[in-house]
Amino acid sequence: MSPGGLQAAPPDEATLVHVLNRLGYGPRPRDLETLRVVGVKKWIDEQLRPEGAPDRGLAARLALLKTVGLSTPELLQGYEIPPEARQAAAKARAELEKASEEEQKQARRDLLKKYAPMMEGNPRQVLDELQEAKVLRALYSERQLDEVVVDFWMNHFNVFAQKGPERFLIGEYERDVIRPRAWGRFEDLLLATAESPAMLFYLDNWLSADPNAPPPGRARGPYFRPGRIGGPPPPGTPAPPGKRPKRGLNENYAREIMELHTLGVDGGYTQKDVTEVARCFTGWTIRGLRQQNPEFIFDNRIHDHGDKIVLGQRILGGGQEEARRVIHILATHPSTATFISTKLCRRFVADDPPAALVDRAAATFRQSDGNIREVVRTIVTSPEFLAPEARAAKVKTPLEFVVSAARVAGARVEDASELARRIAAMGMPLYMQAPPTGYKDTAEAWVSTSGLVARLNFALDLTGGRIRGVTVDAAGLAPAGPDGPGLADSMAARLVPAGLSESTRKAVEGEAGLGLDPARVAGLVLGSPEFQRR
Amino acid sequence: MLTRRVFLKSSGLALVSFGAVPHVLLRSVSAAEGAKKRKTLVVVFQRGACDGLNTVIPYGEHAYRALRPTIAVPPPKGGATDAALDLDGFFGLHPALEPLLPLWRSGDLAAVQAIGSPDGTRSHFDAQDFMETGTPGRKATEDGWMNRCLQASPDPASTPLRAVALTPTLPRSLAGKYPAVALANIRDFGLRPAAGPAVGRGFEEMYAGAVHDTLHGTGQEAFEAIQFLKKMDAAKYQPAEGVQYPRGPYGDSLRQIAQLLKAEVGVEMAFTEVGGWDHHAAEGGAQGQLANRLRDFGSALAAFHRDLGDRMQDVVVVTMTEFGRTVRENGNRGTDHGHASVSFVMGGRIRGGKVHGRWPGLSPDRLYEGRDLAITTDFRDLLGEVLTRHLGARSLASVFPGRSPSPARFPGVMKA
Repeated sequence: MSPGGLQAAPPDEATLVHVLNRLGYGPRPRDLETLRVVGVKKWIDEQLRPEGAPDRGLAARLALLKTVGLSTPELLQGYEIPPEARQAAAKARAELEKASEEEQKQARRDLLKKYAPMMEGNPRQVLDELQEAKVLRALYSERQLDEVVVDFWMNHFNVFAQKGPERFLIGEYERDVIRPRAWGRFEDLLLATAESPAMLFYLDNWLSADPNAPPPGRARGPYFRPGRIGGPPPPGTPAPPGKRPKRGLNENYAREIMELHTLGVDGGYTQKDVTEVARCFTGWTIRGLRQQNPEFIFDNRIHDHGDKIVLGQRILGGGQEEARRVIHILATHPSTATFISTKLCRRFVADDPPAALVDRAAATFRQSDGNIREVVRTIVTSPEFLAPEARAAKVKTPLEFVVSAARVAGARVEDASELARRIAAMGMPLYMQAPPTGYKDTAEAWVSTSGLVARLNFALDLTGGRIRGVTVDAAGLAPAGPDGPGLADSMAARLVPAGLSESTRKAVEGEAGLGLDPARVAGLVLGSPEFQRR
Repeated sequence: MLTRRVFLKSSGLALVSFGAVPHVLLRSVSAAEGAKKRKTLVVVFQRGACDGLNTVIPYGEHAYRALRPTIAVPPPKGGATDAALDLDGFFGLHPALEPLLPLWRSGDLAAVQAIGSPDGTRSHFDAQDFMETGTPGRKATEDGWMNRCLQASPDPASTPLRAVALTPTLPRSLAGKYPAVALANIRDFGLRPAAGPAVGRGFEEMYAGAVHDTLHGTGQEAFEAIQFLKKMDAAKYQPAEGVQYPRGPYGDSLRQIAQLLKAEVGVEMAFTEVGGWDHHAAEGGAQGQLANRLRDFGSALAAFHRDLGDRMQDVVVVTMTEFGRTVRENGNRGTDHGHASVSFVMGGRIRGGKVHGRWPGLSPDRLYEGRDLAITTDFRDLLGEVLTRHLGARSLASVFPGRSPSPARFPGVMKA
């Protein structure tokens, strides 16, 4: 089989569905026809070059979300709780420690009311709209593969919205750090994340300093002090006045950049390498958090200027250049090519991807200087990608399930917040995965009784019109006939065009034959084992 | 190997159905009888690597304070709330764990200090996996130690809820051939009543028929558990008078485990988890971030104990975490990834009021790789002891292959 085989015969329905399921969030009502007309090869080509492709429908929807598109300073100024409100809240908490829960709640409400006029909105809104925007993009973007790849990198370079001011940094992180580099050179992407306030804060590198550097003083700026907005909460034992605690190394980021971002846990580094990389990254920090304008800076004064050895290579004391060298060493390491390729193959092909395909993708990675577009191209135009055994081999994540159900049912989504809430209830709260590993991309992580029950109920609620802000015309989904076996088949053909298994078809038909309405029949089909897969 | 599902299939009954008397119900009548006598193990996994040294504090060791200049918890001073609570003249409990102190004194709570997984990884991901599969250093293991324990002790009288996780996804510890139920919330665990019985039948039939799909078993397990919970009316059991669980998913999960135990639905292994232990910066000492997490952690366990009352005689709770943290605090008043940590054991028939395990010490020559608390108790030996002496497991060879914990190695937390 060769990639050229694509043009040999007109692609069957199952192939079209496979392509739309893997390179996007599943087919919408007219997508199969479009794909058939455009041709699989050309469509994939277009999806591999999303830059500049128009996406006006999506833009109009995102424009309705007030906080999406704002800069980090705008978000912090308009939506973060003002410092005086925080102080008042802390004071109230201390006073109300013995008060009843109801009294405490009331006190919170009173405070919020008092400070609300000073604010454009509240921190909760920022997080809600981030989640809604992600769902809307998956639902409505014409650049489906772009959304999948951006999601892949956001998960690969995971940050957690509920750590400190992170929710105010994520919009910029996704829009200005990840998205513009999602198809470029891996090294550029890695460097940009290393320099992003979102990552610097999340993995604590902004705090890491040479232990022998002078302790933080006024000169270094007050944003280092704990208890400030965005700073770490005050520790229990405050240092005696006049004696500032020394700072020092923090190896959190140094470990994760190797384990999770580049080499992989078995990629050949040691604890000593972790410490050495942490030393190289000292001084990569954030300034302006308190001024609500956080930016990356290299602070030479807290940098460890000694020589280091990273993965056997000597790195001479050279300021900011040292960590850039580390990034180059990591990005071009053969373990990185294999690690990234394996993860991409797992996303696009199978939980346990064919070794030969991983090898070819890794070879492309190495030969193209880590060109992400070429690595993805190698994978999605491969015979393995289109092979029958790859079809339906993946269990959908909650995001994929919810979005693909809404897409295939032709849902009109006025408000995506309930969809985001359902995704969270299935175990995947968006932007809220605390550990740096991100969400898992394998079936066993998402197959559970709890998750399944939530999926079945979602299918029924979606088609039954019980999701706030979302409308589905269930009767319109089955033009063939409103009742009997005809209804079941026509609904199945529409919602699972690649076909149901015989036993599922029988089960749907059996119940539909007893007089179920179209909404329930559609719910059954979307809750079927077949629809849980992509 | 006879698993529950195989047992069901071989019983020759037709497909489960919502309308007629389903075999689930037939079975559960006898199962409910067996359920009453069941012993239960509850596992609480602290994800993120809890700092064992600031949890059960070796205040008697000079190096503790020396290596942690800003985050050391002060030694006990007559029950003051900003200092460690003395346990035995050497170790003290973090003051935020004060709700657990009465249980310690009554002998219902013990700790195992310097416990962990012998593999040297400092990756959260790998270390959790190694602990949950029960095979440190071996990545190919697919099932969890709790699941393998059930596989080794099939019981035809068991209920669909013999193994249950109060989490939205199934943890690795319970993954495997033996049917296990993940249940984020008892109240929401059921199909929308509005959908009607035909829809329930339809779903059940299609998942019963999808025999080649991994979702097949999950579907079966879900429908059985739904039916069973409904029949046992598990939703009606509320916390005992005056018992308040802390708010949040962790407190909720322990409250619901207690609910299931009171409903006598046959739970033998229960799992829950609590995150937020990865304090690389501003960890705090007697107060601060770790203290806040510990307050939540301890008050939920205390509430659970009080809620269950006499039933605790048949329950053992074990807490575990993937590794400990550096003995020396880092440059940001936090701690980085380390090695050994601490486990708590709570229950009616334990040797409580004692810090078990050999204390390795904190002098430089005693530290693991020169920086971390060394492990003196392999976590499998603690779990092995609880499985053997509490659940009556006969063989641990398949549960912890390559270790096979034996009484000689047990830390001795259970009354023999």
